[in-house]
Amino acid sequence: MKLIILENYSQASEWAAKYIRNRIVQFGPGPGRFFTLGLPTGLPRDHPESYHSFMWNNFFKHIDISPENVHILDGNAPDLQAECDAFEEKIKAAGGIELFVGGIGPDGHIAFNEPGSSLVSRTRVKTLAMDTILANARFFDGDLSKVPTMALTVGVGTVMDAREVMILITGAHKAFALYKAIEDGVNHMWTVSAFQQHPNTVFVCDEDATLELKVKTVKYFKGLMLVHNKLVEPLYSMKEMGAEKSQSKKPYSD
Amino acid sequence: MPSNKSVSDAPIVQFTNCRILRDHQLQREDLWVREGKILNPEKLFFEEKGSADVQLDCKDSIIAPGFIDVQINGGFGVDFSLATDDFKSGIDLVSQKILSHGVTSFCPTLVTSPSSVYHQVLPQISVRNGGAHGAGILGAHLEGPFISKEKKGAHPEHCLRTFEAGAFQDLLATYGSLDCVQIVTLAPEMRRSSEVIRELTKRGICVSLGHSVANLSQAEEAVQHGATFITHLFNAMLPFHHRDPGIVGLLTSDRIPAGRRVFYGMISDGIHTNPAALRIAHRAHPKGLVLVTDAMAGMGLAPGRHTLGQQVVEIDGLNTYIAGTNTLSGSVATMDTCVRHFQEATGCSVETALEAASLHPAQLLGIEHEKGTLNYDSDADFLMLNDSLYVQATYIAGEEVWRQDVSGM
Repeated sequence: MKLIILENYSQASEWAAKYIRNRIVQFGPGPGRFFTLGLPTGLPRDHPESYHSFMWNNFFKHIDISPENVHILDGNAPDLQAECDAFEEKIKAAGGIELFVGGIGPDGHIAFNEPGSSLVSRTRVKTLAMDTILANARFFDGDLSKVPTMALTVGVGTVMDAREVMILITGAHKAFALYKAIEDGVNHMWTVSAFQQHPNTVFVCDEDATLELKVKTVKYFKGLMLVHNKLVEPLYSMKEMGAEKSQSKKPYSD
Repeated sequence: MPSNKSVSDAPIVQFTNCRILRDHQLQREDLWVREGKILNPEKLFFEEKGSADVQLDCKDSIIAPGFIDVQINGGFGVDFSLATDDFKSGIDLVSQKILSHGVTSFCPTLVTSPSSVYHQVLPQISVRNGGAHGAGILGAHLEGPFISKEKKGAHPEHCLRTFEAGAFQDLLATYGSLDCVQIVTLAPEMRRSSEVIRELTKRGICVSLGHSVANLSQAEEAVQHGATFITHLFNAMLPFHHRDPGIVGLLTSDRIPAGRRVFYGMISDGIHTNPAALRIAHRAHPKGLVLVTDAMAGMGLAPGRHTLGQQVVEIDGLNTYIAGTNTLSGSVATMDTCVRHFQEATGCSVETALEAASLHPAQLLGIEHEKGTLNYDSDADFLMLNDSLYVQATYIAGEEVWRQDVSGM
């Protein structure tokens, strides 16, 4: 894994954004190789706290993405399991996920794969843990009864199939989860720990999130920042690169 | 750029690089329009998988809902209270010219006139949508003749009437028809006004109090019977007195029925009301303030003599008086100057100033679901303004109907 430690939330966000930008350029999107997103969801589409609204306001409306290329799990589908299965098919049809970007919950979950989720699970309906419900109550005027208790989510197995995984972790309240994710064993109680067995993972975090890690770990990865920062340097434009293919040589091994 | 195919035949226009007035704030958002209505882009994206056909760069303009003028007696030589042969072309001329002032909907106003004038003129006024031909007509505003002699202002005394004898029937006989009438101004202290107010309110006509010597309790009673507006606050009514605030007291009255709001018109041209008085009213009841021009035939023309119904009026700069007197009579203000003056005099936010000319009049007339806002599914009547609130372009139903000459002032 690569552990990227930045000073604060904005710097972590910026590093992650630049990395994603570079990866998109290397991927060489075009007709037939489109940029696809997938997310868990469970709320009515036009609810202001639905992922549809969140993604629209924070992402889609600022870019020129074609609506047909957006795939968001529909929590209001009549047959939820069929919706999940169809989603897995769409991923396969698109050639698999090139880069999965996600965060983790304070209980170490990736997407909505709550503690106890199978580490080889696929896209399915999940019941949410109390921790998650509490964490989301602030979007529903603090009223616990209004928070949805179920969500459609990509499975741990689904994410493991991605060619690369990037996890963003910021804030002191995620520090223990980060510790469990990278310094402890692979454990279905902290589902994000599954990525220890993924060949290509990047964890991007801020100082606060490292509070539970060993000083040795933090020093080691901070020492690698010189090398890691090369990954976010601006690449040549696609035009100039001409026929260069997607895989760029990594300067070191994981 | 995504494919420029839209999912319906009607073209979808996306106005970008602008700040729009929505939810009482200027937000950096794009404005989407289709088939003359404001479109919800999120719904378009997720449900129809559609995108814009045309994108227009607004060069960082402010986009505000079109202004609504509920009291305008004429302009550019046209007087709505004169029953001329070419009345229709007169109203067309005014509706076309006020587009440049940012007005997209208005209520042509008739001052106190002989009954014959109403019978001839009212059938020629029809409610109609705006467009390239001019601003939309919401309905007539009948200011008088059921008003007080002591506060007639510029209205001719010999045409004043009462409805003591037959109440509503008298009123109907005077006007002839109420089909296209949106607002009626009357003096509530007149006998049997309560019946008349109730009857008018039942027909969906907005009742306004003005040109009156009513005290506060008479005004409050009128509100309880259905009155919702005050015609040009401070003008043609008893001045505020600390033991009997009169009609002005409605702004802070505690006897307004629950769920109702009293609106009040203000002519903020700097002449009809001292800026300090404008500020007092605004601070006392900011949500009720409706900017009106009360413009008359001389608006838009050179200084000199013009008519206002049965009277002759003299214009000198921004002042308009009954010829040979000191009695103010209408104004030559334009709506956009009123908005700017209001903003300067009160120091209020740009949003507040714009809403006083758009949202509040729409709320007064109960049409805020279609006009007066940039909410999804409402009519796409809007303006592009620069930061100093000068109108750069006017749009009605999503079509550009007026644009500031780049070479001009």
